[in-house]
Amino acid sequence: MNAQSNTVPEFPERDAAPPTMSVTQPFYWSVRRELLEHRSIYVAPLSIAGVILLGFLFFLPFLPHTVRTLSSLDPSRQRDALAQPFDFAAGAVMAAAFLVSIFYSVDALYGERRDRSILFWKSMPVSDVTTVLAKASIPLFVLPMLSFLITVVTQSIMLLLSSMVLLANGLSISPLWTQLQLYQVLLMLLYHLITAHMLWFAPFYAWLLLVSAWARRAPFLWAILPPLAIGIFEKVAFHSSHFFELINNRFSGGSDAVASMMGTFPFHPGMPLSVGAFLLSPGLWIGLIFAAIFLAAAVRLRHYREPI
Amino acid sequence: MTVIEARGLRKAFGSTIALDGVDLHVEEGRILGIIGPNGAGKSTALNAVLGLIPYQGELRVLGRNPWTEREQLLRDVCFISDVAILPRWLRVSQAIDYVAGVHPRFDRAKAEAFLAKTSIQRSSKVRQLSKGMVTQLHLALVMAIDARLLVLDEPTLGLDILYRKQFYDSLLNDYFDRSRTIVVTTHQVEDVEHVLTDLMFIHRGRVVLSCRMEEFESRYLELTVLPDKLPAARALKPMHERQILGRSILLFSNALREQLAALGDLRTPSIADVFVAVIGNNTGGTQGASL
Repeated sequence: MNAQSNTVPEFPERDAAPPTMSVTQPFYWSVRRELLEHRSIYVAPLSIAGVILLGFLFFLPFLPHTVRTLSSLDPSRQRDALAQPFDFAAGAVMAAAFLVSIFYSVDALYGERRDRSILFWKSMPVSDVTTVLAKASIPLFVLPMLSFLITVVTQSIMLLLSSMVLLANGLSISPLWTQLQLYQVLLMLLYHLITAHMLWFAPFYAWLLLVSAWARRAPFLWAILPPLAIGIFEKVAFHSSHFFELINNRFSGGSDAVASMMGTFPFHPGMPLSVGAFLLSPGLWIGLIFAAIFLAAAVRLRHYREPI
Repeated sequence: MTVIEARGLRKAFGSTIALDGVDLHVEEGRILGIIGPNGAGKSTALNAVLGLIPYQGELRVLGRNPWTEREQLLRDVCFISDVAILPRWLRVSQAIDYVAGVHPRFDRAKAEAFLAKTSIQRSSKVRQLSKGMVTQLHLALVMAIDARLLVLDEPTLGLDILYRKQFYDSLLNDYFDRSRTIVVTTHQVEDVEHVLTDLMFIHRGRVVLSCRMEEFESRYLELTVLPDKLPAARALKPMHERQILGRSILLFSNALREQLAALGDLRTPSIADVFVAVIGNNTGGTQGASL
């Protein structure tokens, strides 16, 4: 910095070679910005995992007794007896990530207008498309993947602790390892997160982001009220409830192909994964088209929106 | 080279007309001050220039359409706004990292050097900084960007005189050169009085005065007259008259210096004086001027 210089600097040669920047870099930094702003994205699932691990410590003293009486149980119930805390951990982390996804999506494009920081973000050469896609990637990719990683680590620690307790009590660890089949169950969890949370729920998150870009106040109400109004209108006017069924199907899995992975938590090793049927189900593709439309509208809205 | 070219710029918010056919022409290397009362349309004009709001009329900034080419344009344009728009949760180090990450023309070393002159801690969050420090931080980020146009919308609002002086000093000494252009709106006219090269008054969405500072200084004269010479002075058609401590102060536009010199003390009026006169005449009173 030539602060004390009295000479006027030479005309900089800006136009000769404008600095280049890869397309992915603004996207990468936009995602990092979201993680800096919304620390709950990783804090919430991590603290749930921590609480579960803490609770698991109180469960551990009873483990030797469970293993000793395992052979007296019905074979089909032997796995449940051991896997319950593991399934619970996976479910709780996933539920935490799901809740964070909802709260995050509703606030993502609303909060930056409310605190006027949108003026700062928009004063940087980052397009609305990049910003909205970076925000959409949080519920559609970052959170499902993060919850998977946290589950893997949590369950590994639980398995390690369990093995140590069993060994200390002079018991064999093989029933535990063979019954749990952790590797297979984790693969199924990953499949569930990709098919259900990333792909099947995509229109739901995209809708929340759209409302977040549109609402001038109370985005949560605007996210819920219009679908509710449409459903009630249909009920009153046509005495039918196709719209409510549509919404219900979205959350329960709807078609059989998806349902085999949804609403059947906890997973059982050996459960069939109908990948082909899932990819062929029209519900998946219609949902993705809606998600794309909602996101495109959110991009358009962010272009027009000002601080509130 | 023309940096901003606007013709018939219009913008309405519902039934309120914020900009009513504004023409704007800013050449490279100029420092334009846009002065106007609250709600005159200054911020709206700047927001249109930055591509933050849609508008009607013709507008080119650095040869681009700001509304459709905002992303490309903002590689060459920087912006500091009146309200502290830096996100409150952001840490100083994170702010530097972020701008370095997304802006191809950002020079991290320059930002660090500027921050080193302040008492801003690298680990502080924006919410922990005073308003003056937030402005310093924003200025550090913006000055480290090799931009061609800098837009300042009330950048020093709510800052004390020390910060304000420092702000414009830094801007002139460390940032401004003939290849850069600055457009600034402010209420604190006296701060920018000796900084500007061009001046524009906006009132109710219209440009009521637009001139170079040299023109301004040769065009306006302020005469302090004693009561006995008042009728003679009034006969020369002053554009504005006010009373201070029993003396009358008359403001003249394009009057003969020799003619006025015989009637009392002459001096070049401040921008604020002319502003009150021009805007006051437009509203039928001076209550519209909030200087």
